[in-house]
Amino acid sequence: MNTLPETKEIILEVRNLNFFYGAFQGLKNINLDIQKNTVTAFIGPSGCGKSTLLRTLNRMYDLYPGQRAEGVINFDGENILNPKQDLNLLRSRVGMVFQKPTPFPMSIYDNIAFGVQLYENLSRSDMDDRVEWALQKAAIWGEVKDKLGQSGLSLSGGQQQRLCIARGIAVKPAILLLDEPTSALDPISTGKVEELVHTLKSEYTVVIVTHNMQQAARVSDYTAYMYLGELMEFGETDQIFMKPARQETEDYITGRFG
Amino acid sequence: MKASTNMDLSIYAKRKRANFIGMVLSMSAMIIGLAFLLWILSILIFKGLSALSISMLTHSTPAPGSEGGGLANAIVGSLMIVLSCSLLSTPIGVLAGVYLSEYSDRSKIAEVTRFVNDIMLSAPSIVIGLFVYALIVVPSKHFSGWAGTIALSLIAIPVVVRTTENMLKLVPVSLREAAFALGAPKWKVSTSVVLKAAKSGVMTGLLLALARVSGETAPLLFTALNNQFFSTDMNKPMANLPVVIFQFAMSPYDNWVNLAWGGALLITLTVLALNIIARVVFREKVSV
Repeated sequence: MNTLPETKEIILEVRNLNFFYGAFQGLKNINLDIQKNTVTAFIGPSGCGKSTLLRTLNRMYDLYPGQRAEGVINFDGENILNPKQDLNLLRSRVGMVFQKPTPFPMSIYDNIAFGVQLYENLSRSDMDDRVEWALQKAAIWGEVKDKLGQSGLSLSGGQQQRLCIARGIAVKPAILLLDEPTSALDPISTGKVEELVHTLKSEYTVVIVTHNMQQAARVSDYTAYMYLGELMEFGETDQIFMKPARQETEDYITGRFG
Repeated sequence: MKASTNMDLSIYAKRKRANFIGMVLSMSAMIIGLAFLLWILSILIFKGLSALSISMLTHSTPAPGSEGGGLANAIVGSLMIVLSCSLLSTPIGVLAGVYLSEYSDRSKIAEVTRFVNDIMLSAPSIVIGLFVYALIVVPSKHFSGWAGTIALSLIAIPVVVRTTENMLKLVPVSLREAAFALGAPKWKVSTSVVLKAAKSGVMTGLLLALARVSGETAPLLFTALNNQFFSTDMNKPMANLPVVIFQFAMSPYDNWVNLAWGGALLITLTVLALNIIARVVFREKVSV
C-alpha cells in the first residue's frame, strides 16, 4: 500500500527506516518511494516525525550525537545511511531549506556563490550567470538585481527565504528538501514560494514538510500522512485529500483531529 | 483615582515604599562607585593635562637630574609590545575559541582547556610576569621586548578564547545547519559562516583584551623592564608606559613625576578609546 506503481522513476527509496533520538524512537518502520520530478508533501500533527524523516534524507541528524537511523535509504543506487557515505557530497546533491530564513552574514551574491564554490570552479562571468539564474528561478531576481552587494540580512523575511531557496537551487542538487519553508512568512511571500515549488519540479525533486493542509493540497503530487512516528498513509495527493483510505487520515485532513 | 471594590491599597502602598527604599539604596551605591571613579579621573586629567606637551611625544625619557624630556621611547615601546601581543594572541585565542565552540563536542580535552583557561583568566598578572621571567629572561640573560610581548599575550589569550567561544555560541544552530545543508565541510562552516556571523563580537573581545593588557605593569616589570633610550629592537629591554609611570611616579624629580602623570593620562585615554570603539563600532555582537 505504501509503494506506488512503477510508472515513474524512483529517486529515493526508503525501506524499513527506524530513527532514534537516544532511547526515544522517532520513526517506526517507514517505507516510502519518492518519484523523480515530483513534489511530495509530508503532513501530520507536531511531533509526528515528518521533519525527522526529512532530516534523514540528507543525514542532517548526523550533526548531533545520540541520533541514529536504521534501515535503508537508496539514492542513486546507494544506501545513504551507509556509515561510509560522504556527507558533504550527499548534502550537495540533496539540498535543504529550513523553516526560518537563514541568510549567511555576507552579500546576496556571496550567499548564492558560497555553495557553488564548494564543488565547482567557475569563472567570474559563469558565476555571475549562475547567481542570476538561481535568483531568477527563486523569483527574487527583480527585487535584488540592483543590490547584489548588499548583505543578505538586509532583505525582508520573505525575500530572505527565497534567497535561501535560490542558494539551495544554485548548487543544482537532485533533490530539494523544504522544512516548513513558509511557516515564518506572510501570505504574499507564501504564495510566491508555493508558485516557486511548482516550477521547481521540472528540474528537481521536491520534498516539503508542511503544517498547512491547503498548502500540501496545492503544491504536491504525493502526500504522506504521518502520526506518532509512523507513516499512516501515502499516495497521490488528490486521492489522499478526496478519499483517504484510512479514517485517521480523513480526521486529520478535515480538521476533526490535530 | 477611585479604588475598585476588591483592591487593598495598603498592599500597593507597601510595595511603593519598598520600591522607593530599593531605589535609594541602588542609587547611593551607584553614586559611591561613580564618585571615586570621577575623583580619580579628575585628578588624572588635572595633573596629566598640564604635563601633556609636544616635547612629551618627541623626546625620550630624561636621565636622572636632567631637565625636560618626554615619553617618546615609552610610547613607541608600548605600541610595539601591544601590537606584537595582538598579532600573537589573536590567532591563538580565536582558533582556540573556535575549537572549544565548534569542535570539542564536550570532550575531555575541551573540559580541561576551559578549566585551565578560566584559571589563566584570573591569574595575578605578576605571577605571569615571574613565569615569563623564569622561562625566557633568565635563560637568555637579558630583558627584552619579546619577553614583554609573551607575558602580555599570556594575559590576553584567555580573554580572547573566552569571548570568542561565547560569541560563537550565540550563533544559532540553524545557521550552521544551513551551511552544512549546502555540502560545506566543517572547517568552511566554522570559518566562513559561524566566525563571520560572530565577527563583531569576536572583535570586541580582541579590543577589550588589548585594553586590558595595555595598562598592565607587573608582567612588563619582569620582562621588558625599561630602556632609557629610544629603541625599536624587540630583543633588547624596551621602554613602555606602565613601567615608566611606575618608576617615575616614585622618583624625587619633579619632571619625572610630571611625565608619569602625562603617561598615565595617555594610557587612560587609549584604554577609554579602545573601549568606546569596541562598544560603538561593534555593537551588534552577532549578525544573523
